[in-house]
Parts: sequence; structure tokens; C-alpha cells
Amino acid sequence: MTIKLYIPQDTTALSLDADRIAQRFEEQIQQRVSDRMTLPGDADIEVVRNGSRGMFWLEPLVEIDTPQGRVGYGCVTLDDVDTLLEEGILAGEYGHRLCVGLVEELDYFKRQQRLIFARAGLDDPLSLTAYRRQAGFDGLAAALAQTPQQLVDAVKASGLRGRGGAAFPTGIKWQTVLDAESTVQPAQKYIVCNADEGDSGTFADRLVMEADPYMLIEGMIIAGLAVGANQGYIYLRQEYPEAYRILSEAINRAQGEGILGDNILGSGRAFHLQLRLGAGAYICGEETSLLESLEGKRALVRAKPPLPAIVGLFGQPTVVNNVLTLATIPYIFAHGAQAYADYGMGRSRGSLPFQLAGNIKRGGVVELAFGASLDELLFDFGGGSASGLTLRTVQVGGPLGAYMPRQQWSTVLDYEAFAEVGAVLGHGGIVAFDETVDMAQQARFAMEFCVVESCGKCTPCRIGSTRGVEVIDKITVGNNPEYNWQLLDDLCDTLEAASLCAMGGMTPNPVRSAMQYYPADFTRSATTAVEDEQHA
Amino acid sequence: MDVSMQRNKTIIASDSVAQSQQKTIASIVERYAHQAGALLPILHQIQAVYSYIPKQAVPIIAAGLRQTNAEIHGVISFYHFFRDSPSGRYVLQVCRAEACQAQGGRDLEAHIKTVLAIDYQQNTPDKQFTLEPVYCLGNCACGPSIRVDNKIIGRVDAARFDALVTQLTSQVAEVS
Repeated sequence: MTIKLYIPQDTTALSLDADRIAQRFEEQIQQRVSDRMTLPGDADIEVVRNGSRGMFWLEPLVEIDTPQGRVGYGCVTLDDVDTLLEEGILAGEYGHRLCVGLVEELDYFKRQQRLIFARAGLDDPLSLTAYRRQAGFDGLAAALAQTPQQLVDAVKASGLRGRGGAAFPTGIKWQTVLDAESTVQPAQKYIVCNADEGDSGTFADRLVMEADPYMLIEGMIIAGLAVGANQGYIYLRQEYPEAYRILSEAINRAQGEGILGDNILGSGRAFHLQLRLGAGAYICGEETSLLESLEGKRALVRAKPPLPAIVGLFGQPTVVNNVLTLATIPYIFAHGAQAYADYGMGRSRGSLPFQLAGNIKRGGVVELAFGASLDELLFDFGGGSASGLTLRTVQVGGPLGAYMPRQQWSTVLDYEAFAEVGAVLGHGGIVAFDETVDMAQQARFAMEFCVVESCGKCTPCRIGSTRGVEVIDKITVGNNPEYNWQLLDDLCDTLEAASLCAMGGMTPNPVRSAMQYYPADFTRSATTAVEDEQHA
Repeated sequence: MDVSMQRNKTIIASDSVAQSQQKTIASIVERYAHQAGALLPILHQIQAVYSYIPKQAVPIIAAGLRQTNAEIHGVISFYHFFRDSPSGRYVLQVCRAEACQAQGGRDLEAHIKTVLAIDYQQNTPDKQFTLEPVYCLGNCACGPSIRVDNKIIGRVDAARFDALVTQLTSQVAEVS
């Protein structure tokens, strides 16, 4: 009998020393085997480097097989390895102070609706055997039996909307590409996966690529079958070296086993996939800029129309979808479009993996059907601030999303409900701040970020952001504050109305929300401002 | 040996370095040139070898891809990741984004600049560290985060950073 000991290999676990912990376990287990010490029965121990389950606050989370299920030990450090072994981790004994009990019985885990992340953390992400055992390629097998129009119709019926942030209906985008004519001979269309997950507070794409890479590959192949594209690209940000390592190897293995290539699973259909690295430009998360970058150019945003669906990569019809969007596709075909659409509310169907980040006690990926509230996420799942101080604001939807004050935390997690209060749900990233935050500085940072990351093509974004930093500085030092406050508001109008893309168009979101809900921060020190709010 | 001979020797040495560099770059260009949109993969490969994009790479790439020097230079200068001068032994990126700020990232940033006594885009005088800002490493639930070459490190505070610097610089001492 083999007992498996799981130690994750995702970026977060590795950032907290998981490699050295795994090495230490292996050495110590070897030692114990040769000393014939406390191994349960005559079991062999196998150390498996799994993906993370996304409960990042517990990383490195070491798990061990027991007859009852997998028992976890959270926040393990190198110094804990010896005591874990002494106190019977291999026998599945519960005694150790780091023991969190049965991992899948943890409230944080059990209360989620894991459709996309069902497999994350279960096994070695690169093992094709493990992937197949967990319903991997079921969706692809079903898709191979359908016509392109049937595939597109199923995606429409699922209600899936683009998970990158814009929430455009995926089925409609696919239909456009399916109907578009390629202008070259032989005809060429492309599937491009936007894996340039640059928003602070988001890591769900990364977790897909590091914990379940074949799911993304499977989704891309199905997309190719649906629109008639035989070439795909994953555009991955270079800030994700582990995702690069895992995805590269996954693509190699998928090619080796005939999943990618000229004869997908023996069907006679072709799909080729290349992994490309970005080079540290946030703007490449914008789809037209990403396409320019893939073509080997300066990543200047293109004016739309034409849509990339019609004139995309190298001028040909192209599906550009986010990692999570493509990763949802296998579920839709394995379980049926209706099964997916049964989750969610209103026009937001299915689930969204929310990401709890920043100053939060229990940060990680929380996949839920649309319809829960921010409050539930922040407190029931997140457990409040990590610092123990009062939470003061949350920024939802990345650096271009609004800061939301406490009175908005009852907002329902749904694209339309967020739009109604002037916020954006975006990619589902939630960054929490405690009461020490200075909102004038956060507004300034939003403008500063736009200065650094603007592609420079349109004037409002390029120059407006620089002026924005200057005007905020004037306000905070008390230089003609009423006049400059008005000027900042006007500047936000210009950015919003006249920018070419969301970079300039949405930078006012964090700035204006800070102005609206935390005006006192702009005119005095943060501490005094908080006191004022409490006295109000 | 007189001074002029020494100088000649240096020139010859740097000539042959330049030649071998030229050869390497040309072979990288050749390896990727057939791919559609080959420029970023070429630049990544060159920087992986040299830690930056040497000036003389520009005309070689331009010729290989049938583009102008200006186009190649334009791409190199657009992307934050590509450097036009050599990095230090370790490239240290500090996350400046919101989730890390919420966990004390701004203080850590200031501490790192003080300890290394350099600003962003600079090398330490001993050429051990290059300091760069980065906007998100995707480790936002366990910030503040930094990256040393290809390793991301989470929950960094001043003490942990100081220990890391000691560890990295003592490794250097062992090697040299």
C-alpha cells in the first residue's frame, strides 16, 4: 500500500518555502525507512507535488491520505517537518498543532461551489493519468462529436460571459469568429488565450495554469473546434515563472500523447498550441494590445472596430478569451450547458472564482455561484483583516476598479449589481485594506500606475494620468484645494470619455470612489480622517 | 609590457567578445525567425543569455526579421522587462501593486531601497543586485511579495528581507 503525502508546487506555496519543506520530508522519510521507524504498517510513502487548493492562507498546506480522507497541516515551516513526523503525520494522527483536520470538510472549502476548480490541488498538475481519472477530456470527447454550430450554441446556452472583466457573452464572440471569413489561403483563424493576469489581487488564472493546466488546453482545443481555428496561442505574463514552467511541460506532454497536434485524440482534427511570454506591460491585458504584442510589435492599443473577432491576430478572425473563460468550457461540455447555467443569478450565470487578497486573514480562491455578497466573502470566508484592525475599504476588479466603502459591502456579487453602484466586478479580485490606508495615496497610485502602464497612444491616458498625479499632490499639500478638486473631477471626465481603451477610461474608478467616499483623506493625514469618520 | 600593448590586448579581447556575441545573437534570430511574430521570443532568449539586449543585437534582429532598426528599438524600449544594460547578479523585483500595499508593501519598498542604497532601475555598485519595480506577482493573498530572478518570495518583511540579502551575498562570497 502506498500512502501519499501532498506538498503543493504552486507559486504561493513555493513563495513560502514549499520546495525545501518537500525536500526535508523526503530526506526524513528516507531516514526513517532505513531506521525502520514509525511508518504505519508496511506502507510506502510517496511525496506528491500537487497543485494548490487555493486556500492560500494555509500554504504551505501539507496533506496526507487517511482512510477518512485527506488530512491537512497548514502553514508548515521547515522547522515543523521533524515534529510532524514524530507526532505521526504518516499514520494520519490528528495531534499536531498545525492539523486542520479533513481538508475537504473545512468550512472555507466545503461552502464553495467548485466547478472550475474542482480538480485544483488534488494531484500532480502535470499527470495526464490523474487528469483523465478526474473526468479530464470528457468535455473534449463530447465536443468532438458535435458540429461547430452546435458547440457555439452550447456556449451561448450556458450563459458564459468573458471572465477577463468585460463580461461579454462568450457564445456571441465565438459565433462572430465562426461566421467571419479568413482572408488568406488556406483559411486561418486563431484562438488566443489572454493569460496576462496583471490586475493586483487576482490569481485565479495563475491557479488554473499551475494546478490544472490540461483544463485550459482542453478548453482551447474545444474553442478551436467550435470556430474552425487550428492554431492557438497562450499569451502569458513573464511575472509568472512557475505557470510558465508547468504550462510548457503540460503542452509538451499533451503533444506527446496526441491531444494536441494534427490528430486530436485520433479524430483527424488538428489544433496546435504555442506558449508566448509577455514582457512586463500591463496594457497587454487589453486584447488588441495583446495581439500587437503577439505579432512582435509595440503593444499599442488598436482602435475598434474592426473587432478582433473579425480582424484579429495577423489580420485574421480571432477568439481572444481569458484563462478562466476557456477553463470553463470543458465543464460546459462534460456536464451540459444547462448544468452550468443553473448556477448564478440574473444575467450572470455560472460561477466566478473570487480572489481574496491584501489585508485579509484568510486569503485565497473562493469559487461561488454569482449571487453571494461581498460581506459573506470578506467575513465568512476571509475572516476580516489580517492585521486585526477594522477593514476600511476594498478594491474590487483590479487596479481599475472602484474602492468600495463599508456601506456597499452588502452589494450582491453580480455584474449588473456592481455596475449599479458604480463599481466593477471584473475578474473577481478583491483587495482588502484596513483602517491605516490613506485613500488620497491610493487615488494617487491609480494615476501613477496609469502613467507607468499607459501605452501612450491616446492623449487623455498618456498625459491625463501625469496631470492627475500632479493635481492630487496639489490637493494633499493644500494648494488651492477646492479649485484643484474640481479640476481633478474634470480630468476624470476627460479620461473616462475620451480614452481609447479601459486603461485610461477606467482609471477614474479608483480615483473618483476615493474622492467620493473618503474626501477627508485628501486634506489631512489618514489617521485624523479615520477618526473623523468614526465620530461622524 | 607597455601601456599601448595592454590597450591593444584589451581591444582585441573585446573584439572577440563582440564577435562571439554577434554569432550567438545571429543563431538565436535564425532559430526563431520562421515563427510568426518572432520578435518577443527572440528578445526573451537574448536577454536570458546576456541579462540585457546588447546594442549590437538591434541590426542583427532587424536584418533577420526584415524590419528596420527603429522598429526593433521601438519594441525593446516599449516593454518594461527588456533592459539595455547588464543586470546585477540578482534581479530583485519588488511588488508595488495594491494588494501588497495593503500588507505593508510601501514600507518594505522604502526599506529595500535604503538597505541596497539604490533606486529602481539601478544596480548596486558591487553589481550584486538590480532593483526593479513590478506590478503584481500573483501572490496577493500572501504579500508583500518580491521576486529574486525566477523565485517569488511571499510574506516579506524588513527582517526577512535582510536575512535574504545576507544569504544571497554570502553565496556570492562562497562562489568567488
